[in-house]
This record gives sequence, structure tokens and C-alpha cells, in this order.
Amino acid sequence: MSEHTKENKGPLLEVKNLETAFPIDGEYYNAVDDVSFTVDRGKIVGVVGESGCGKSVMSLSIMHLLPKGIGKIKGGQILLDGKDITNYNDKEMNKIRGKDISMIFQEPMTALNPVFTIGFQLEEVLFNHFKISKKEARQKSISLLRSVGISRSEDVVEEYPHQLSGGMRQRVMIAMAIACQPQLLIADEPTTALDVTVQAQILDLLKEVQSINDMAIVLITHDLGVVAEMCDDVIVMYAGEIVEKTSVEELFENPKHPYTEKLIDSIPKMGVKQDRLGSIPGIVPSLKNMPRVGCKFADRCPRAMPECTTITPLLGEVKDGHEVSCILYDESRPKERANA
Amino acid sequence: MLKYTLRRLLGMIPMLLLISIVVFSLAMFMPGDPLGGEIDPTNSDPEYIEEMREKLGYNDPIHVQYWTWVTNFVQGDFGKSTQYKVQVSELVKSRMLNTLFLGISSIVITYIFAFAMGMTAGRKAYSKLDHFIGGLNYFGLAVPNYIAGVVIIYFFSFKLGWIPFGGSHEIGLQPGTLEYWISRFHHVLAPAIVLGALSTASYTQFLRNDIIESSRKDFVRTARAKGTSESKIYNSHILRNSVIPLITFLGFDIVTIVNGAVITEAIFTYPGIGTLFLNSVNNRDYSVLMTLTMFFSLLVLIGNLVADLLYGIVDPRIRID
Repeated sequence: MSEHTKENKGPLLEVKNLETAFPIDGEYYNAVDDVSFTVDRGKIVGVVGESGCGKSVMSLSIMHLLPKGIGKIKGGQILLDGKDITNYNDKEMNKIRGKDISMIFQEPMTALNPVFTIGFQLEEVLFNHFKISKKEARQKSISLLRSVGISRSEDVVEEYPHQLSGGMRQRVMIAMAIACQPQLLIADEPTTALDVTVQAQILDLLKEVQSINDMAIVLITHDLGVVAEMCDDVIVMYAGEIVEKTSVEELFENPKHPYTEKLIDSIPKMGVKQDRLGSIPGIVPSLKNMPRVGCKFADRCPRAMPECTTITPLLGEVKDGHEVSCILYDESRPKERANA
Repeated sequence: MLKYTLRRLLGMIPMLLLISIVVFSLAMFMPGDPLGGEIDPTNSDPEYIEEMREKLGYNDPIHVQYWTWVTNFVQGDFGKSTQYKVQVSELVKSRMLNTLFLGISSIVITYIFAFAMGMTAGRKAYSKLDHFIGGLNYFGLAVPNYIAGVVIIYFFSFKLGWIPFGGSHEIGLQPGTLEYWISRFHHVLAPAIVLGALSTASYTQFLRNDIIESSRKDFVRTARAKGTSESKIYNSHILRNSVIPLITFLGFDIVTIVNGAVITEAIFTYPGIGTLFLNSVNNRDYSVLMTLTMFFSLLVLIGNLVADLLYGIVDPRIRID
């Protein structure tokens, strides 16, 4: 759909060594630290990790939606469809936001403007990117609402957000996000704030719009169940870094990183009687107290060794397409040490 | 909405009755009475005075006096001004035009300045410009209008001669002509600015703070994610939300149009309701005083009603069916 699609045969989104920092007491600390990954066309990539691991900051960095004057991209590159958008300004970003990449957020209750009608907010994205008449935009928004499963869409365009339920609002957000048929959709915990039954519907809807429009999705979640159901590839993040990266089947069958193992441990299993679910003691260290050397997970890791606090692990490929960052695996040890 | 309005209007009746009792009692408690203005000042015979008191009803029991006042009042008979010897309604009518003119000019000035400054300061929050606007506003809040008025008259009328000292227009101009209206604007400008300074300052700071708060809301991020331009985000998405709390002020403004000018009108000797009110207090012109107080109270009630109805228009969440 976009002009530049034909040229570029590479991945749709390429993030290289991204570093995003926030200032604390005048000093910048990396909330996203040296993160690299790619998203291929039409694929769903899951990003998992607990609260505070930097997954939202990473997605906001890609959209250039970090809080103004606070967070900033310190290093690395973001390539969308082969074009480097890392240093795009607001005006340049506004041309692609909503059109080539769009985003849906965690809180459908507050993500819509309470004083404008659904129709107005939906049509806005169309007016931002296309030259169309009011009438066409209205028709388009009605059909978009219908395509996201809102049956009385003629009425809903005239309604205000407070008249809709949480699930309906998230549907509206999805309609907005797919209005211009973007190539990439970033979904930041799209189901976290919803009821369980509604969650399943929204996930089904996302899958459906993904296959119809052949878009790629970066699905940010802390729910491995969602990942198992939706994704092709998975990125596990911890404390601003990627600790494991692989396909979804491989992740569940053959998790490598102790953190991933513990995460999978914490999901209830069918047919197995468990007294207590596995949990990981402690929380993600705060930005200021982040260890500078060694593995950031070391003090919570059940398999930590003395070396873990002195050797900083690197992301290494342990198997075809399976990368992990833990010195339990030689591939993760920094080269000079591995050779020594 | 019509039903709601009617219900609110009906609800005003008991409120106004209570207010009338308070107004009447306060007038009774004030020292002296307007008798002096009603009788022949050259005749000081105690018998004549007593006779006049009886005739004018000052010797009736209080509830009878109250009843007489209320029944006359609702029939549109507000009494006669003891000071000017004319019907109160005539008196108020002649002054009302001037006051409305002053009040509306002041509000227009307030709105223009407050929206321009508030939106700029909110968008460029914590910048030098924001601090400058903030400083200006706190100065406006801190300087009482009677001082601002005197200073303006001293510099701009006395020293520079740019604006007239007082009055509402040049004497001898034909009402309705262009010169007449220019003269009116010329006369109203200084009092309108002084009158508006206080509310401009509070409007501006209020709007600024609300814009800053709204700009952190999730829906702003959604709008950005849609590729909406920054100016559209501020001028439409944020402003539309930030206007809602300002409606509360608008209710007060309606009252301000009519009575907020008491001091300002006195300083600029502007012949409006404010000056009339002050004079009637000084001269114990009860009928004028009570009429105006009732009128101001009614305006407060109407102002609140208008504000409530407007809330429903700007905020769909509290729309009234």
C-alpha cells in the first residue's frame, strides 16, 4: 500500500542497539539498553517482561511518543521499511504515525478524548493522511467500526466514549489504528485493562485484522498465555535488555534463560495439580540501582553463579534463530573471556 | 433540557423569597430610614413628621411592611427613589445600558487576553514566556483595582491626556452617530481594562494549569499516535477539555457584567449601576438599594443556571436530556 514497500525486501521494522534514557537527578539512565530486533512483514512479534522492564518505553521510542522533554533516544537506530526514522522530527513523524505505524494502548478508558464523538476521532486519522470529503470519511468510519465488530456502527459514530464499554472502546482504538491500513501496529498491552472474556474477543479481532490487512504487529504484554496464542516470535525483556529472542514454539518447548523459565513456571498448567504457582522473588531493580557490570537478573536468579555479577552477558545465538543472554551458555560470554 | 431549565427556574422562586426576607431584614437593620427624603425639609413640626410616617407606612408592623414591598415588587413596582425622585425602574433602566456596555467590553477584553495568554503559557509551560505571563498575571491579581484605576487616570488622563477622566461619553453628541459610539468606546476602555484585569489573571492561570494537566492525558498520546499536528492537538483536543472548568467562572461573569463594577465605576465616575448602588447606600435610598440587591441575587441564580446548562453543552458526559 505504501510507495516504498516494493523497494525494500528487508524486514519491515529494524531496531538496532536502541537506547532510551530518562533523567534522574540530572543524570540520564537507560530504561531501554542496547535493544536490537527485527519485525518481518505480516508477523506478530511478542514482547514479554514484567512491569518496569522497558517494553512500553521501547514501543513509545519507536513511535517517538516519549513524554516530551523527559525521555529521549540516546543511541541506536530505528528503521521502518528501510528508512531511518530515528531522528525524525514531529512533523516528519506525523506523516507516518497513524498511516505506516499505528499504536493502541493499554487503557481504552482514557485513550479516547471524552468530549469528541467516536466518529470525529476516527475520522481525524483519515483527514490527517488522506484528502477525503466529510461524507466519505463518515462512510469509511462506519464501515471501519463494522469491521471491528461494532454492529450498530451508524449510531456509535455519533456517540461519545463514555457511552461505550471498555471492550467497545478498545475496538474503536483498533478501528482507528487500522484506518489507514498501516504496515505495522504496535499494541501496548491491549487487553490488560479488559475483562477476561473481552480479552479473548479483542485478541481474536487483532488476529483477524492482522491477517486481512497483512500487517505486522508488535504485541507488548506481560501475559505469556497471550503470546502463546498470538505470536510468531517472542522477545523476552528484562531491565531494559533483551534476554531471550526466539520463535514462540521454541520458547515454550525449550526456554533457555532462567528468567524465561521462571516466567513460564508462573503460568498455571492444565491437568497438573499445583499448590502454588511459581513466582520470581523481588522486583526489577530501579533505573538508579541497576547493576552496571554483570547480569542484571543475577540477584533474583535461581541459577546465579559468582561469575554472574562480574561478567556482563551478551545476546548469543545458541541455536538457529534462538538467542539468549546468559553466561550459562558459552555463546553469551563476551568473546575475549570465552577465548581465554 | 427545556424541562430541566423550567424545573430550575421554578426552584428559584423559594430561593428568591428567602433572599427577599434577608434583603428586607438587612434594610430594616440599617440605621436611619428614607423618611428624610420624602418629606418637606422646611417643615420640622413633629406632628407633621408623625403624620407623614403614618402615611408612608413606616409605623406599620414589620410583616405588613414586608408584604407591601413584596407584592409591589412582583407587580413591577419597585418604588420611588427618594434621592432622585423618579421611579426606580426608570433609574435602573437609564444606568443599565452603560453598565452592560462596560461589563461586556470588559469581558470581551478578558477573554481575548486570557485565552491568548493562557494557551501560550500552557503550551510553552515552564518557559521564559510562561514565567513572564505568570508574573504579569500575579501583578494583575495583586494590584487592587482602585489603585490601578487611580494610577491609570493619573498617567493616561492627567499626564498624557489619552483618555477621558470620567463619564460615559462626550456631552452634546447625538446618540446613535458614529462619533457617539467612538466616544463611548473611548470612555469605556480604561474602566473595562481595570475591571477585567483581575479576572484576566485568574482565567489565564487557570487555563494554563488545565492545559498543562490535559496535555499529559492519554488521549493526547492517542492523538499524537494518529499523526495529528501539535497545534491541532492543543487548539482542539486539549483546549476543548480545558474550557470545561472555565464555565464555572462564566456564571460569575454574568453577575460581574452588572455589579462587579461598583468600585471601578466610582473611580472613573462612570454613570452605571455600580455608582448608583454606592450612592443609594450613602443616601439611604432604600427602594433603589433593595431593588438592586434583589436584582443582583437573581442574576447570581441565573448565572449559575446558565453555567450549568453550558456544562452540558461542552461536556457530553454531563449532558442534560
